Amino acid sequence: MTTDLVIEAEGLVKHYGETKALQGVDLVVPRGTVLGVLGPNGAGKTTTVRILSTLLDPDAGTARINGLDVVRDAEKVRHMIGLTGQYASVDEDLTGRQNLVLFGTLLELGRAGARARAAELLEWFDLADAADRPAKTYSGGMRRRLDLAASLVGRPDVIFLDEPTTGLDPAKREAMWDVVRSLVTDGSTVLLTTQYLEEADALADEITVVDHGRVIAHDTPDGLKRIVGGQTLEVRPADPSRLPETAQILSQVSTGAAADEIRKGMLAVPVAGDAALTETVARLGAAGIAVTELSLHLPSLDEVFFSLTGHTADDGSATGPDATSKEVAA
Amino acid sequence: MTTTTLGPTTTDRTPRVPAAAAARRPFPLVRHSAALTKRSLIKTWRTPEALIDVTLQPIIFLAIFATIFGNAVAGSTEDYLQFLLPGILGQTIAMGAIAIGVNLNTDMEKGIFDRFKSLPIPRSAPLLGAVLGDVVRYVIVAVVTIATGYAMGFRIATSPLEAVAGCLLAVLFAVCLSWVSVWVGMVVRTSGAVQGVMFLLVMPLSFGSNVFVQTDDLPTWMQGFVDVNPLTHLVDSMRGLFLGLPVGDHVWWTLAWCVGLVAVFMPLALRAYRRKV
Repeated sequence: MTTDLVIEAEGLVKHYGETKALQGVDLVVPRGTVLGVLGPNGAGKTTTVRILSTLLDPDAGTARINGLDVVRDAEKVRHMIGLTGQYASVDEDLTGRQNLVLFGTLLELGRAGARARAAELLEWFDLADAADRPAKTYSGGMRRRLDLAASLVGRPDVIFLDEPTTGLDPAKREAMWDVVRSLVTDGSTVLLTTQYLEEADALADEITVVDHGRVIAHDTPDGLKRIVGGQTLEVRPADPSRLPETAQILSQVSTGAAADEIRKGMLAVPVAGDAALTETVARLGAAGIAVTELSLHLPSLDEVFFSLTGHTADDGSATGPDATSKEVAA
Repeated sequence: MTTTTLGPTTTDRTPRVPAAAAARRPFPLVRHSAALTKRSLIKTWRTPEALIDVTLQPIIFLAIFATIFGNAVAGSTEDYLQFLLPGILGQTIAMGAIAIGVNLNTDMEKGIFDRFKSLPIPRSAPLLGAVLGDVVRYVIVAVVTIATGYAMGFRIATSPLEAVAGCLLAVLFAVCLSWVSVWVGMVVRTSGAVQGVMFLLVMPLSFGSNVFVQTDDLPTWMQGFVDVNPLTHLVDSMRGLFLGLPVGDHVWWTLAWCVGLVAVFMPLALRAYRRKV
């Protein structure tokens, strides 16, 4: 194979009555890489995943997985893909093990093969202790892990993860990120949808930004960050009377703009990278300024959208996770 | 939660079973449906409260109707029980077929059906599995009804073989009728509405029949409907097989209804299911 593209989509269109879910989405994912599809609720992320995973036929456009058309060769495509939906797609009345054995049986692993594979996955995903409890008793994080395990039963080449960490707390999100990284090390190709630039940055080789059923940007995480302007450093001094002093220090580490009081007692400046954090800590320490909050984060989806389109993402819920990157308690 | 590294720890790139090898295994629909039938059975086992309609209902119906109507209709509760039991069995088993549409309607809203659709299995397998899994519910109806009847004084006048044949006919009828319920479950939006629609269908079937009284004792205008009602044929078949009365062509009519129900409603249900993606 010359150009080893595992996922190729051209001009995907899908309308639901008046709602134009997709209005011509193109994307490509080379073998062994992760594509992050970033966008707010209703941007068309899930519709795209449903088309690529053969659940839905497009109204127009084509999509291929390993060169096979998702409509005409749907049956063959289903042998190659694993899908983890936005909502846990396992049977809640069955135990974790029964779920995985069921999918193994349906994937023709045979009775012994399905059992062995289930045991292996339960071990990998730290679910061995809960394996024989009904899935409805699982916590949110455990359900996500079981769901992801279920999509890996058939050792798929291509894995679709539709908002795998929505609703998970930061610690569990990080654990899920580790899983995704290990999948790629393992040779799989992953398409991941997310509302968080943070997440796309942590996992994806390339990011496609979608809005209103269209692709509005496609770049590497670094490229995208250059477009949207690096990171933001936020500091809250313990003593509000020292705000002006703190602001002055921050202006010195900033990439240009002066420190801005974004919330009461909270200052923010754009910075170039992680080095600014160490620098700030050192300077604040030297000046003897105690802080109660100090964090560095990537722009939220709103900020990304503002940079790319000049307007904010329509959906108010589509804001980034609050400072999950590097929180320092001072 | 301890955040140790999860996921595959070894390099594991064993290729999945290639499509060709999978295709070589015979009868994929049968095997996949069997696996999904097992899923259904596990779910039934886990939620015994969902069996109330096939356990308590026949007991209560038998007790109530035999006592209330016994003297009025047949002169004595004992005589009426002989007549009533096959009727209650037919009515309860038909009502037992309502649940599947309600359950599938709820099930479809959950992610599990997305998972099924993304697997290389026949699209109809999850529906077939659910329908076959419900056979166990219908068998429970038959066992509970006859056991309760025996406790109340009902006696089978023929051989065990004929009695079993009568029960199997009822189970078969319920399986075929359940395709109507599956179809309604696919086309109606909420599970409550599925229940409502199915009740509207099953109620006239069970009361516009010979379940409680002989056809001759019903209003003349109603008899035309009662005579073609599949439940009438099923109940008359069972009366024949349980009590040694003439069966006539009722068994054939019942079987014809079974074939008809499946021929019409199974394709409709499968088509509605595919559309509901």
